[in-house]
Formats: sequence, structure tokens, C-alpha cells
Amino acid sequence: MKKANIELIVNGRRIDGRLPEETREIRMSIGEIENADGSARVSFGKTEAIVAVYGPRPLFPKFLQESNVGLVRVIYSMAPFSVDERKNPAPDRRSIEISKVTKEALSSAIFLEDFPKAVVDVYENIIQADGSTRVTAINAASLALASAGIPMKDLVAACSVGKVGNTLIIDLNGKEDNYSESDMAIAMMPSKGLITLLQMDGRLTKEEVLELLKKGEETCKKIYEIQKKTLLERFKAEKMEEE
Amino acid sequence: MEELVKEYLSKGKRIDGRSFKDYRPIEIKHSIISKAEGSAFVNLGGTKVIAGIKLDIGEPFPDTPNEGILIVNAEFTPLSSPEVEPGPPGEDAIELARIVDRVIRESQAIELEKLFIEEGKVWIVYVDLSILDMRGNLLDASTLAAVKALLSTQIPKYENGKIVRGEYISKLPVVYKPVSVTIGKYNGNLILDLSKEEEEVVDVKLAIGVRDDDKIVAMQKQGIGTLTFKDVENALDLAIEKSKELRRLL
Repeated sequence: MKKANIELIVNGRRIDGRLPEETREIRMSIGEIENADGSARVSFGKTEAIVAVYGPRPLFPKFLQESNVGLVRVIYSMAPFSVDERKNPAPDRRSIEISKVTKEALSSAIFLEDFPKAVVDVYENIIQADGSTRVTAINAASLALASAGIPMKDLVAACSVGKVGNTLIIDLNGKEDNYSESDMAIAMMPSKGLITLLQMDGRLTKEEVLELLKKGEETCKKIYEIQKKTLLERFKAEKMEEE
Repeated sequence: MEELVKEYLSKGKRIDGRSFKDYRPIEIKHSIISKAEGSAFVNLGGTKVIAGIKLDIGEPFPDTPNEGILIVNAEFTPLSSPEVEPGPPGEDAIELARIVDRVIRESQAIELEKLFIEEGKVWIVYVDLSILDMRGNLLDASTLAAVKALLSTQIPKYENGKIVRGEYISKLPVVYKPVSVTIGKYNGNLILDLSKEEEEVVDVKLAIGVRDDDKIVAMQKQGIGTLTFKDVENALDLAIEKSKELRRLL
């Protein structure tokens, strides 16, 4: 853990002026990448992710195919210009781990048995990073998958929660990510109450973990409503175009 | 085999006769590699891991100029399973190393600020995990090996800008003994210390890092599948209870 040389909360307000349980401005849109089968762009404040979905499509080489289920592959990557110091675009260990847990988070919500021997590729690109990038990308990936018509049990909504000083907060920005006592990433299927991604580090009592989980669940449910609204508007627009 | 394992688990039993809460026998040895500054060997029911610690001198990170550096790496050696191919670490090895790293780092087990040597020079603590035999629950075995190895680590003599290998000045300052407890879920039941065969049938796993004072220092859901909020609460209770038992072995 790095030691904060800045106060993360002053007079009950966070460094960007938010209250502890306030998210940044959330924007979502669908369909930007015309080549893709589905795509979405989601931003939480300055953190912004663009995600494209290709598939289901045949999986090669053939020995990778599973006879009774389809496969989901995820690549999470940060653009070189997305952070203060240029990031080498080659995958690093952090990106590889995030890709893995994201693949598991999304696969848990997809009817994989509906496309045996095939693959769905999810490409996540963080174009600007200011904390909570993996969960922002998951929110976009979920929208992209739904707009590609991939059969899903529910949308996946994701958020970050954490602890700075003695205060529990939601939707961590970059500085809070770096200097918090603890942070947790959670993704879930909100209508089913099922967790599909959970990562935490820091130092928390069991009670604090449970309290953060509760705040995470509430926040995911709010994000879920925005996701549903975004999808609905998109399909209304498409329908009007057809008519 | 798979069907048999499932049948047993559905009846609340395991093929090796354990209860859902039992670990397999655990053997721990330390200081087994004399060339390393610290080392340990763990055999957790057949899963065998060597952790070796090497110390080197390097530049501190710019944002922590007065602190030493911890680097954890894991190699799934091709010895360990017919499924492992030689080559650079894959996503499973990277995830394993990063979870062990977080359990040690976030517990603040090593007093990194005591590893400052002089302006621009600090000790780098390399924790390298060699997985020798994969019989399930690599993570808990690796965390035990890493922490035991750190506890056995000595800091070498540093003279005229050079490390004098084989001569030591003090022990590495390790103040906590964090452990990880990985919990599998099958048909709604929580199961500890999964064997290789059990890992292939469980729905999902949750790894939990616990410090001596019961603080939770890391969590990670692993695998395709879901957890309820109640599952996580129950898993936390189990992990805290079991962590004390594992820590006594260190």
C-alpha cells in the first residue's frame, strides 16, 4: 500500500467533490463500432471504456472447441495514452489477470450451451483511466453482449467500492484506487442477486466486507437500471428506423 | 471419476473420506535451499510447492522512495502435470502469483520501510514459487510456502556497494503470518481444500486471505459460476476459523 500524501476526504467530501456514496457521472451508449456484432461505450467520470463483441463465430484451431458449450474470450487492454505516463500497449500481468476474471464474470451470465464449438470474443479498450477501469469495462461488455444478441441469464452490472480512512465509498477514482485502505470490485446479475466477479484487497474486518458488499449490491442495481434504459432506447431507435 | 466425485459430494462426502471442512495432511519444511536467502517446501495432500526467496538491491519505486520492493512470481513447472507445457507463465500462473502477492502485500506482513539501504537503494525481495506437483488447491499451498520462506529469510551482508552472499546481518522483518483459505462451492455447499478431481467438478471457488488479527486482506472469486451474498458471508466465517489452524503450522 502506498501512503497518501493527500487527504482523500475533507469535511465529508471526496477530492472530486463527491459524497462517499455518490457515483461519478455515468454515460452509456451502444453501437459505435460498426464492424462489430455488438459494441458499447461506458464512462464513469474520466474513466472510459469501449467494448466490441465478435461472435458467436467458429473457433479455431479446432482442438480448442468444446463439444457441448461455447467459449468466451476476453482481452482487456489500456490504450497507451489512457494514463499519465505512457503505457506500453503489450499485455502486462495485471491486464492478463483482469482479462481472466472478466472472462469468468461474463461467462457466468451467458448461456454457453447455446453455441457449442463456437467462440464469443470480447475486446475491451480503456481509452482513459481514472480508477475502476475493470468494472467500467464489464458494464460496457455486458451491453455489447446484449446488443450482439448473445443469450444471457441477465445483464452483468459492476462497480467498485472501498474504504478511505474510516469512510466507506463507492465508485473509486484513480487517486482513491491508489491510496485507499481497501478496495473491492464486484460484478453481479442484479435481478438474480448472484455475484459473478469479486476481488478485494486491503485490510477489512468481516463486518466491513459485508457492509461494502451491501453498498456494492445497491450500486450495481442503480447501474443496472441505466444499462436497461440504454438498451431500451437503442432498440426503440432501431425500430423507428425500420419503420 | 468425475461422476463418482459428484456422487460423493452430493451425499455430503468426499472420495478420500474427509469432511467438507478438512484439509488434507500438510507437511512444511523450511531452509531447504542453501543458495537462497530463504526457502520452504510445502506438501499439501500431494500438491508440492517450493518457495525460494532471493534478495537483491535496486532502485525504489518513485512513489515509495523509502521502501523495499516485493515481487512474487509463480512457475507451473512441466514436471507438475501432463497439462502443463513449458513456456512463459499462462493466465493461471499469473493469477496465482498476483493473489499470493496481494495476500502478503496487503497484510503488510513485511516491514518494507525497514528495507531502505540508502538514497536510491533498497532491498528487493523476490518470492519465486515453483509448482512441482498439482494435486489441487495450489493457492493455499503456495501462500503457506511463500510465508514460511519469508519467515526463514535472512538479509545478506552489504559491503562497499556489494552483496556478500552467504553472510547475513539480520532476519527479514516479517510481522504477520497471512494465510489463504480457498473455498469451493458445489450444489450450494462450501468445501475446503479441493483435490484436483474436486476442482474439476465444483461450480466456483472463492479465495480469502486472512491476517493474524482476523482482518480480511484479499478475496478473489475464481472460475465460471456464481456466489450469493450469503455464500460470501459463510465463506468469510469458514476462512477466519480455518486460518488459525493453518497459521499454527507456520
